[in-house]
Amino acid sequence: MSTLSIHVDGIGLFGPGLSGWSTAVPVLTGEQAYVPAPMQLPPLDALPAAERRRVGTAVKLALSIGFDAVRGAGADAAQLATVFSSSAGDCDNCHNLLEALASADRSVSPTRFHNSVHNAASGYWSIATGCMAPSTSLSAFDATFAAALLEAATQALDSAAPCLLVAYDTVYPEPLHSLRPIASPFGVAMVLNPQRTEQSLARLEIGWTSNVDTSMADAALESLRRNNPSARSLPLLQQLARGTPDKVVIEYLDTTNLALTVLPCQ
Amino acid sequence: MSSLCLTAFTMTSALGAGLDATRLALRSRRSGLRPGPWRDVALQTCIGEVDGLDQMALSANLAAYDSRNNRLAQLALAQDGFSDHVQRAITRYGQQRIGVFLGTSTSAILSSELAYRQRDPHSGALPEGTPYQTTHNMYSVADFVRRRLGLQGPACVVSTACSSSAKVFGMARRMMSAGLIDAALVGGVDSLCYTTLYGFHSLQLLSGQPSRPFDVERDGISIGEGAAFALLERESLAQAGDVLLTGVGESSDAHHMSAPHPQGLGAQLAMQKALTMAGLQADQIDYINLHGTSTPGNDSAEDKAVCALFGQQTVCSSTKGHTGHTLGAAGAIEAVVCALALQDGFAPGGVGTQVLDPALHCNYLLTNLDQPMQHVLSNSFGFGGSNCSLVFSLKSV
Repeated sequence: MSTLSIHVDGIGLFGPGLSGWSTAVPVLTGEQAYVPAPMQLPPLDALPAAERRRVGTAVKLALSIGFDAVRGAGADAAQLATVFSSSAGDCDNCHNLLEALASADRSVSPTRFHNSVHNAASGYWSIATGCMAPSTSLSAFDATFAAALLEAATQALDSAAPCLLVAYDTVYPEPLHSLRPIASPFGVAMVLNPQRTEQSLARLEIGWTSNVDTSMADAALESLRRNNPSARSLPLLQQLARGTPDKVVIEYLDTTNLALTVLPCQ
Repeated sequence: MSSLCLTAFTMTSALGAGLDATRLALRSRRSGLRPGPWRDVALQTCIGEVDGLDQMALSANLAAYDSRNNRLAQLALAQDGFSDHVQRAITRYGQQRIGVFLGTSTSAILSSELAYRQRDPHSGALPEGTPYQTTHNMYSVADFVRRRLGLQGPACVVSTACSSSAKVFGMARRMMSAGLIDAALVGGVDSLCYTTLYGFHSLQLLSGQPSRPFDVERDGISIGEGAAFALLERESLAQAGDVLLTGVGESSDAHHMSAPHPQGLGAQLAMQKALTMAGLQADQIDYINLHGTSTPGNDSAEDKAVCALFGQQTVCSSTKGHTGHTLGAAGAIEAVVCALALQDGFAPGGVGTQVLDPALHCNYLLTNLDQPMQHVLSNSFGFGGSNCSLVFSLKSV
């Protein structure tokens, strides 16, 4: 394949014991121990109060990581094309809707229904930012992060403009949790830019490989990686945090994985 | 990369399985909508159901994927020699150089809806062996199609409500432009389920009658199901009479989760971007297949957007009175309607509509129109303010 080349200008990250990119860097580099703890999200002031009341963890997580990345990149959220990715969207909302549909009267709330669309986070993001640029929302089961990275990189290269990637996965309640055991919520966002800027952290070269995906040395981080599709990004995030050149392999489909060469800019 | 060629395409909907049945229904102005009930849904509504899905079986090696949505995908893939075209493309490019990008809004959620009725009354557990990855999960339809056809290239599912399977054309174009693949199978599959029937009912957007796009008394949608697929290859392969994808325009409304911008600003932006990519002026578009859902607000906003960009001359219609609103499959289904329109020189008049709303001003067709066409545009707008417009063009001699 021809290799894709793209810059990472800003990163957003929230998960269990991980609260924003800048505080996650020393944990990912190993300077600080990783201590899993319930995810803490900042207040969501950007969304109008009426909308804020209607959203659950999935949308809050998506918007939090999105704003974290945009801030890091010094980008204008109102101008950025976006790619939202999630294996399953808003898992709490899905469970509640299924329970209502299995009840005697099957009545569902209009808010639950419009929150059930896979692009709900994208819709709330565009309302919060006033952004009218293109936005895609996608899923590829455990390959979701890699699929979204490809989509965001090709979107940025095709439009010759930066694109915001927002990858998030939350936890299903039972009984779906038993069928799809996502262990904890995790989300990562990146502003991908075809041009190198002062904010560029690294250049990524993206290609295919049949090599196995890179694992995390820390057992707790490896468990996070294995048990949340968006956390498949952790080896890439660790390399970006280290700020040294290296190659990592991210899980994609079947025997094809993504080979990422990370070339720091700073 | 300027354009791509649709080297094969097919669609299956309430109008029938495959292109011949679709052509016949469009020509004879037959609607596939029928009064309910569907299963045990007691809502007063009309439904565009695809016949035969309840009796179908998936091939044994893919039995884990069994669901209404994947059955519909399998039925549609079997029409018009589509799978044979894909096999020839595999011979030409290899399994790993063909992408699979499909749109759906609800995937096979019906499987989980039914499983939730059978939860253990004490533990709350689902019945033993309830599948998830191969049915309910958004990706299952792309996973199924990829395995069914033996494809090994990049794949994912786009789910942006009712623009889903229009946006996959843009995704495929970008992936081919980047050199990651040589061809792409794109399309959309969405099947009847309780979520959308009761969900649209909760929003009071479900009509009690067959939907009537642009009618003065329109009062909501009729939900349909359907699947459509297209094989996209480089324009250099196109021969005279082939259909090209020449423009893709995407935008966001940034307005409301379930209502369009009242002036259709996001819709205008998507249409303008599609025209710009195609290198066309508005007056070069010979027909517009409207999103035309038949809700008061959607049709009004789309009419304003179309009139602002095209004036009041360009002929247009919605085919949702024929098929029902197939939601995540609508973009691909209406792309195929546009391809047929170009190849047959035939613009389908809308059905269901009796009295055009005098407050709407675009040139809405109530009868079929035979005329040679060079360029047509298809609109798909979804919840969350997700807009996508596609331009298709006939390859000249």
